Parts: sequence; structure tokens; C-alpha cells
Amino acid sequence: MNTAARQKPSPIGLAAGFVLAVLVMLSLFVGVIDMPFRRVLSDAEALELLLISRLPRTLAALLTGSGLAIGGLIMQTLARNSYVEPSTAGTAQSAELGVLLVTLLWPSANLFIKSIVATTTALVGTSVFLMTAHRLPPTQPFLVPLFGIVYGGVIGAAVTFVAWQADLLQYLSVWTNGDFSGVLRGRYELLWAAAAMLVVAWMIADRLTIMAMGRDASIGLGIDYSRMLQLGLVIVSVISALSTVIVGMIPFVGLVVPNIVSRLMGDNLRGTLPVVAMSGAILVLGCDILGRLIRYPYEIPVGTVMGCVGGVVFLWLLFRRPAHA
Amino acid sequence: MIRVEKVSLKHGSTPILHDISLDIPKGGITALIGPNGAGKSSLLSLIARLQPLQTGKISIEGYPVDTTPNRDLAKIIAILRQDSIVTSRLRVRELVGFGRFPHGRGRLTEEDQRIIDQSLQQFDLTDLAGRFIETLSGGQRQRALVAMAFAQGTDYLLLDEPLNNLDMYFARELMRSLRKIADGKGKTVVIVLHDINQAGVYADRIVAMKSGRIIADGPPSELLTPETLHAIFGFGMRVETIDGIPIVVHLR
Repeated sequence: MNTAARQKPSPIGLAAGFVLAVLVMLSLFVGVIDMPFRRVLSDAEALELLLISRLPRTLAALLTGSGLAIGGLIMQTLARNSYVEPSTAGTAQSAELGVLLVTLLWPSANLFIKSIVATTTALVGTSVFLMTAHRLPPTQPFLVPLFGIVYGGVIGAAVTFVAWQADLLQYLSVWTNGDFSGVLRGRYELLWAAAAMLVVAWMIADRLTIMAMGRDASIGLGIDYSRMLQLGLVIVSVISALSTVIVGMIPFVGLVVPNIVSRLMGDNLRGTLPVVAMSGAILVLGCDILGRLIRYPYEIPVGTVMGCVGGVVFLWLLFRRPAHA
Repeated sequence: MIRVEKVSLKHGSTPILHDISLDIPKGGITALIGPNGAGKSSLLSLIARLQPLQTGKISIEGYPVDTTPNRDLAKIIAILRQDSIVTSRLRVRELVGFGRFPHGRGRLTEEDQRIIDQSLQQFDLTDLAGRFIETLSGGQRQRALVAMAFAQGTDYLLLDEPLNNLDMYFARELMRSLRKIADGKGKTVVIVLHDINQAGVYADRIVAMKSGRIIADGPPSELLTPETLHAIFGFGMRVETIDGIPIVVHLR
């Protein structure tokens, strides 16, 4: 079924790789401090800027972008609905709740502990969402995302309430609006755990494709459905909790990227996963670069840029997509 | 052999199956018939371990379905449910290829490719192999799903109303293909049918269910009588024998 995809990369994959490489170069050399390429080689200060700030920022955008796109894809697979993603189905909000609670109760906790707590709450929040989503009638595909939005909204309201009570509202925006400007060396490395999740997703790609056909088909083909569901939940939760804690929430990536790739290449994840990951990285890195340039030398957070760009792309997807979910 | 022993099933307080015992020996086609809501699909999904057993025992080739690892059972038994909906954008060839998943866990050998080609050919899907499932008609989609179950290559094949959406030509083709693998390869087919004459012509044995019980069981020539049919479906119909095969005239 996928030998062709394995033997030669698709033209779409090659194009995505090329665009990504260009964006990475751009990202390394766009910023408040003007830094032409040749100075890096001769100037120690410039090299340090590159290693401490520009490179970590670029890597963080790549890891977050690919992670969120894959997280969205897996979420859609598990919910069997192409209109859900972690930031609209309570996962990101649950992660915020976790990181808020740990900040309140254990202010000295480091980033690692915060990430673990956020992952745990994200796991619980997503499990509740999925259990409910699987009970909704499959004949009404829009009920699932609607429920997700309401559910995420309720958790988000709880987060706001707690933050307001504790006078932490300003602090909250660090997690609710994604921003790479705070990313420095030593502050983003946990995101590599999200990259590890991408590897896991790649390893179980065939199983995920089958799971998208539903529980009965999965069991019929010898898949341990409940175990794979748990593994998928862990992948989604780790990715979205880490990106919420370290970068802050970035909307729409998990929604638009998998949908576009599905339109172009289908849903055989063995072939599409790498393209989804690369496209997510392109979208997030591109929006970050845009945010750095729009009102240079000031910055607009990537979450805000993505809110606009992603919203437009999503509307375009909805209008041109034939009527089925 | 599929052995069903004293199986009962309830959904909440509604009884679905009452104390069913049934042996289906290896080889041949067994047709399950009966009115809507008789419990045919429930029995099939219990045999295929898609639902947990509540009371009783079911085993296939001696392997109990509730305790044998799923991945092992997937090499012995394949099931096609009547309400299979594939919303994924997969190409026909990819879908049929996933039927081979239990054997190589995703890695397709030359042998697998050959089996996939053969399944595609058998259901006249070769020309459609590169098309996305969602672009097919209902009947073509149904054929792709049956081809996928075929490609799984198991000794036991459970099909729940596979003739849904198929035109006369492909309904006949499917039944003939089933006959061929039953006779040629010794496969065991259990099939839920609503067209009583398909059952009469192609099945070796007919098991009739009503209200969660087996009420008749035997070869078509014994079972397809006006009296038995009246007991099953609740109205009288004529049975004529043509070329030694009982044909039920149920339209008037």
C-alpha cells in the first residue's frame, strides 16, 4: 500500500522540504539585531547571538509546529472527525489548568515539573473529551467539534477564574498566547520530547490509519484498540502540554495542516505523516517570521499571527470542501 | 470449527440472544437468515469478538474468542460489518492492502502484493485501484470492503449483509466468489443474507433466527418449505423447485 511512498519522496514532500529550508535560513537571520551571514563566521558575538537566541527560537518553532500538526492529526484520527484539534477540544485548556495550579501550589517548581503536571491534566481532559465524543452519533459530524469547543471553553473559563482569583491573569497570557520571543538556549529543550512523540507516531502510522476506520475494523485487523487509543492520547497530551508550557497555545495549526495534507495526499499516514510534520513547521515558523517583520523592530506573538492566518485558511477549507466530514 | 455454546446477550435489560448453541464445521457456506432484529448481526459480532461475551462460550478452531490475543485471531477470522463506514481518504488499493495488516503488521511482501492484486481483480476493482474510496459509488465501495476482507486471507470469513448496495451482477459475482473459495480453498463462510434465494442457491446450510433464537437449521432443500418460511417470516410464500434447487416466490 505504501511501498511507492517509501521508495521515492513525493513531489509535495520535496517542495515542503525546500520551503522549510528557506524559512529556517530566513529565521536565523531575521531579528532586531541586524546580522548578515558573513558576520557569523568572523564575529564571535554574532555567533553567540545565533546559538543562544536565533537557533533555539528556530528549533522551537520547528518542533512546536510539527508537533502541533501531528497532534491535531492524531486527535482527528482518534475522534474520527476532521474538525477537532487539541486547542479546540480541551487538551490545551487542561494543560493550562495544570500549569496554573502547579504555579499556584508549588511556585518554585521548575519547567520540567510544570510540564509533567500539565501533561497529566491534558491527558485527563482529553480522555474525557474522547470518551464523550465516541458516544456522539456519527451521523452528526459537527457535534464532535461543537462539543469540543464548548468543553474547551468551560475548562478555559475555569482557568481564567482561578487566575483571576489568584491575581495571575497577566501571567496566564504566557500560556494562552503562543510566543517564541522568550525562547532562549536552556528554555526550550524539553520540546525535544515532543519530537520523540513524532517518532512514536511514525512507528505506529499504519495502526493509526486503521484506527481512523473505526473500532470494529481495528479489532478485526488484530489491533489492540484500547491500548492504541491510550498511546495516541499520550502522544497528543505530551505534545500539546509541552508546547503550551514552553511556548504558549498556538491555534489552528493542528486543524488546517492535516486537513490540507489530507486533501492533497489522502489519509494513509505512512505517506502523509512526514508532510504533515513539515507543513506544520512551515506554517508556525512562517507565522513567527511574519510576526517579527510586520512592525519591525517590535514583535507580534506567533499565536496572534496564527489566529489570523489560520482562521482565513480554515474558512477557505470549509468553503471549498465538499459536504462530508 | 466455530463452536457457540449457550450464548446469551442483553443490551441493558433488553434480551438480544437467548441461549444460542451452534456448531459451524470447517468448510462451506452457512447463511444466517431471519427478520430484522432477530439477532443475526449480534451473533456475528460476538463470534468476531467485536462485542464482549456476557454468558456462554465461543471458540474458533479451539481458540476461545474472549481470551485469545486479538492479533492471533485476526489471522484466523475476518469480518465485514454491515455498517462499515470508511471516512478516511484512502485509495482502493491502500484499503485492500490493509487487509494484509495482521500478517506483516504493515510491511507488505511480494506475496502480499500478489494477494492484493488478486483480490482487486476478483471484485473487478483493478481499474479503480488508484481512486479514493469517497469518490466511489456505494456498490463499488462495498466491493472494496469485501475485497479487503478477502485479502485478509483467513480460513473463516464472516460477512454481514455483504450484498447491500450491490447490483444483480455483482451480487451474483460475490456469491460465486464465495462459493469458489469455499470449494477450492476449503474456507468457511458465514454470511447474513436477506435475499432468501441467494441463500437457497449458494449456501450449504441455512440457519434461521427469530427473536434471538435459532428456530430452524438445515440444508436449503429441507429448510426452504412454505411451513418453515411462514414460521420464520410470518407470511405464506410459494416454493418451486427449479433444476433441483428450491426457489422461493415471495413477492405476492
